[in-house]
Amino acid sequence: MPVLCSSCAEKRAVLKRPKTSHSLCKACFFWAFEEEVHQTILAAKLFKPGETVGIAASGGKDSTVLAHVMKLLNERYDYGLELMLLSVDEGITGYRDDSLETVKRNQQQYELPLKIVSYEELYGWTMDAIVKQVGLKNNCTFCGVFRRQALDRGAIMLKVDKICTGHNADDVAETVLMNILRGDIARLRRCTAISTASEGEGVVPRCKPLKYAYEKEIVLYAYFKKLDYFSTECIYSPNAYRGYARTFLKDLESIRPSVIMDIIHSGENLSVREGVKMPVQGTCSRCGYISSQALCKACVLLEGLNRGLPKLGIGKHHRLHDKILSQQPLTEKEEKKLKSVEF
Amino acid sequence: MCQVDENYHDDLDPAEMLNVSKKCIKCKEASAAVVIRVGDTYCRGCFKEYFIHKFRAMLGKNRIIFPGEKVLLAVSGGPSSCSMLSQVQEGLSQTAHRKLRFLPGIVHIDEGGAVGHSMEERQKALAELQTVFKATGFPFYFVPLEKVLDLPSSVVATATAPSEHPASAYKSAVNDFIHIDSSSCSTPLDQEETSIPEVQESHTQFLQQLIVSVKTLTARQDLLNTLRQHLLVDTARTKGYSKLMLGDNCTRLAVKLLTSVSLGRGAQLAQDTGFSDSRYGDIISVRPMRDFSTKEIAYYNHIFSVPSVFIPGLDTKTTNKASIQHLTESFVTKLQTDFPSTVSTIYRTSEKLQTACRSSSTADCCDRCLLCMCSLDTAPENASAFQATLISEQLSQNTFLGASRSTKIIPRQNQDPLESEIAAPTGQCCSSGGEEGCGSAENYEVCYSSAHRPQTADVKSFLCYSCQLTIKDMSSLEHLPQYVLSEAWRRHSRSQMREEISEFLLDDGDEGD
Ligand SMILES: [Zn+2]
Ligand SMILES: [Zn+2]
Ligand SMILES: [Zn+2]
Ligand SMILES: [Zn+2]
Ligand SMILES: [Zn+2]
Repeated sequence: MPVLCSSCAEKRAVLKRPKTSHSLCKACFFWAFEEEVHQTILAAKLFKPGETVGIAASGGKDSTVLAHVMKLLNERYDYGLELMLLSVDEGITGYRDDSLETVKRNQQQYELPLKIVSYEELYGWTMDAIVKQVGLKNNCTFCGVFRRQALDRGAIMLKVDKICTGHNADDVAETVLMNILRGDIARLRRCTAISTASEGEGVVPRCKPLKYAYEKEIVLYAYFKKLDYFSTECIYSPNAYRGYARTFLKDLESIRPSVIMDIIHSGENLSVREGVKMPVQGTCSRCGYISSQALCKACVLLEGLNRGLPKLGIGKHHRLHDKILSQQPLTEKEEKKLKSVEF
Repeated sequence: MCQVDENYHDDLDPAEMLNVSKKCIKCKEASAAVVIRVGDTYCRGCFKEYFIHKFRAMLGKNRIIFPGEKVLLAVSGGPSSCSMLSQVQEGLSQTAHRKLRFLPGIVHIDEGGAVGHSMEERQKALAELQTVFKATGFPFYFVPLEKVLDLPSSVVATATAPSEHPASAYKSAVNDFIHIDSSSCSTPLDQEETSIPEVQESHTQFLQQLIVSVKTLTARQDLLNTLRQHLLVDTARTKGYSKLMLGDNCTRLAVKLLTSVSLGRGAQLAQDTGFSDSRYGDIISVRPMRDFSTKEIAYYNHIFSVPSVFIPGLDTKTTNKASIQHLTESFVTKLQTDFPSTVSTIYRTSEKLQTACRSSSTADCCDRCLLCMCSLDTAPENASAFQATLISEQLSQNTFLGASRSTKIIPRQNQDPLESEIAAPTGQCCSSGGEEGCGSAENYEVCYSSAHRPQTADVKSFLCYSCQLTIKDMSSLEHLPQYVLSEAWRRHSRSQMREEISEFLLDDGDEGD
């Protein structure tokens, strides 16, 4: 016996929503999914009419669905936003070539302007070249730190007011778990925020319109909408603790599907004791980017790469920042410590 | 997508080989007997000193237990709570370096009825505990979980504001204590209720009906925790204790923190895992074992022959994915073997948290969860996970069909206890005179004020986010203990009364709650 859609009670249901376990027909699912993103955007007051919004586009499912839904809602509800796609080319052979092709197709399908900024033009290094020097074990440090700045720099080039990213509910819940596992109270407090205000020069405000969308529903949406996306994960595997957190979250979800929202709820209601030290946010004295240290992470990593001391940005070597800033030579012992990279 | 990940490899040192040095690092003379963590090797004597000092330091640092105060130790029989018991014994002994100065008692909640143990099994476990407890000379109480069926609704009704004890109050209490010390403290403690209580079979059956009505092990364990907590608080109150001592150690608290986060209890983390928990107002729970790891406790209990009694619980012998609590425990345990800093890192997180004070008035009980007694974290706020979930549910169902599952209760009548769904909202509360009828004074007000209203109360609206999840996993609310149901009714009728007279109230009019 076919199951009827629990929303319209007319059409046959084609899927069971992972989020609520209701059975829905295609049209009702699309409507619910889009409407929820719309409600999130309204409730959190993410945009103002007339703003130029850059959609961080990687070619993956999250950003492809984000671009699609943003374009659709902007028209349906007359947000009055100027949308554009913003992509970063890390220079990873195979992975990026293919995913950038997807982004380029999206550009045509959605008729949105596209800007691609490459690591090579921003930093003088491609990811492939970085991996050659630092090895596979540590590359994601570079990948993440460089991408964050690359988006900002690209956004500034394009005079974008805001960046929206494809982070979904699973990503946020996973980050909550990860920050607990590594005891990072400052990030734990920040990571459930749906948007970040402008934190100073060189940083563009960001938001996550898909914050409450389940990853599985994003896949369902893309599948039934037949959206064109690139499905391979970044070939450079994520950081160790994130891997643990991800597996743990998937196991939790199999026990109680609402756990993703439950963890986000927990994160949103955490309260940090007064007097707990939070790193003071300053700016990088070299590039002006937001940083709690004298040098931002990207500049330290770059310095390490350029000097052939790849471990510089990987461990905790804040002591050395002043030396680097003032261009003092490092001691032999320091050099030796920073040079060796285990694979 | 590949996320922004800064580097934490420094925290990720895999377990190094234990480099056991021969000598104790403390006295540098005696040969080492235990290795607590890499490089920390102690001889027998120094380990004992270290352990005792750590226990005292935790109590001393927090200054919550007053001299002469009656403190009830919750002992499950497990290594951690038994170790706590032995520490208290040690601290009260004449030979103690700095004597503890409170009056201890012991309570053990016998959960065999919920777990499905036979009466013989339960008696056997209790007899073993009895031997341990008798040896301490402290008064002790065995409370079967079945007793939740007879709890007064005051357990979940009013939370007396926690008494604020400024530092000066502690000092004067110390002085007062010194004056009365010799006379009252050393009197032999009475041991009246030390026998193993009889449990009516019908009560055990009712308890099991309640357990069975909870469909998932996750919700079962959560509800069981809550009920156990209610019993502990009630026992403390009725026996005249003002503090509860819980045996949660650092490893368990790390698991609990992660579990609480996964259960949506983020707002309560500080109370769930901190040194003290004042959600019950007059009865404050403390966790003096929170600095010890499971491993340290196991070493100590082994070396100094601290007895403990193994009693299987709800999740003994289940698979990893049987419940969120169980999965989290095995996750943390496994991660701890790969990265020995896991537990202490999570634990340190718990020290940096505080209780969210969303609602300013702690006096109004309606701001507190009917079950776990924490401040309600379900205020309709824009752009929250709670709101987003409500929107998703609304958008996924036809509002005209009203298909949402009912969480409403009606007063218990002559209903078939196996009937799962809650009946139609037309019953008259006082009419049927069922066994749980409204004859008692407690229920009278409820019936009176709601006599001409639809006879349902939405229990959900009195619960915090997480307890709502637990209730959602229940096939019926009928089996909830009466004290919970009648308090739900009381709150329901209070809010209805308030509604009726709202136009005449100035300000918020929260008198007399
Ligand atoms: Zn439909
Ligand atoms: Zn990467
Ligand atoms: Zn910089
Ligand atoms: Zn020693
Ligand atoms: Zn609750």
